Amino acid sequence: MATATHNPDWQPKIVALVCTYCTYTAADMAGSLRLQYPPEVRIVKLPCTGKVDTIHLLKTMQAGVDGILVGGCEIGDCHFLEGNLRARERVEFARALLEEAGLSRERLEMYHIGASDAPLWVERVKQMVARIRELGPNPLRVAGAGGETAKTDQAAA
Amino acid sequence: MIIARRKPLQEIKDSLQDYQRALIVGCGTCVAVCLAGGEREVKLLVSQLEIASRLAGRPLTLGEATVERQCDREFLHELRHQVKNYDVLVSLACGVGIQFLSDLYPDKVVLPGVDTTFIGANEEPGYWTERCRMCGSCYLALTGAVCPITMCPKSLLNGPCAGTREGRCEVNQEKPCAWTLIYERLEASGRLDQIKDIVPPRDHRLAAHPATQIHEAYKRRFSAHE
Repeated sequence: MATATHNPDWQPKIVALVCTYCTYTAADMAGSLRLQYPPEVRIVKLPCTGKVDTIHLLKTMQAGVDGILVGGCEIGDCHFLEGNLRARERVEFARALLEEAGLSRERLEMYHIGASDAPLWVERVKQMVARIRELGPNPLRVAGAGGETAKTDQAAA
Repeated sequence: MIIARRKPLQEIKDSLQDYQRALIVGCGTCVAVCLAGGEREVKLLVSQLEIASRLAGRPLTLGEATVERQCDREFLHELRHQVKNYDVLVSLACGVGIQFLSDLYPDKVVLPGVDTTFIGANEEPGYWTERCRMCGSCYLALTGAVCPITMCPKSLLNGPCAGTREGRCEVNQEKPCAWTLIYERLEASGRLDQIKDIVPPRDHRLAAHPATQIHEAYKRRFSAHE
């Protein structure tokens, strides 16, 4: 894992692409239940994770976010039957493309979180934030901001 | 349909080493269907190259364009204003499109972004199989519409060989024996007696390369090319 030599004030920026039928509802319920979880995650509500295209994932990383969490329904529970399964395949493909381009595949992850599972949402967010803290900032953000030659995630690992 | 596979990013990056401005040119026909070089794959490659070049501290100026077909001049002409701004063109079309792009813009460096693999069928989205080897002499009428040139590793015109075992091929036991498929297909369509017909050796002159073909109606116009 990368040893963090970045700005100590850095806070991870994580985008969560979540399905309105399951993970979004779980996140909403987490709020109603006053469950505490890290504030570093920005939620984008989607009609289904099947709407997530590989290019959305690459462009989001390119824009400088430190991590992406895709939250879809549990296997077999997709409102559109197999949107979450398609998303899972695309996420895996995008992970391979990111790694090929020099970013860690660990920055992108898909979880299956049921609508009633607010505690699992909290746990997954904590897990993702911890992982991104360990990886450090997106090297593209460093390269973009300071014009430095950032090391690739693999080179830094 | 022509099937192609996107080249590894490393290979494309290495080929762009000496250039600053690259136009990635997709093709909206076969390679778009086989998810190797259509509009979407152009965007993915551009995104990957942007990430990789920024990480390397050597940002590339990248452009993207996708034409209907790169094997037709009229579509490649559409790029004439755009190509002026770039010193290298990376084509995600099949080998034909790549060469045609270079024919049209001979002063530009044209590089391949895909490896062209075969002529195939779209079995399912994301899954393609080879069905034709373009031998120039179609035997499908004799073989129950199963191509022995393509499906049999030995391209046997009279089969099966002694290596067939329970419908599997001795060369690769994962694959079905082409001649068992032919037998079954002829039997199912009531033509099993055809399997006894001996097919004479193939005329390899029919598959001579590079091939050209002129339609009867265009003979006068293109006779100089014959």
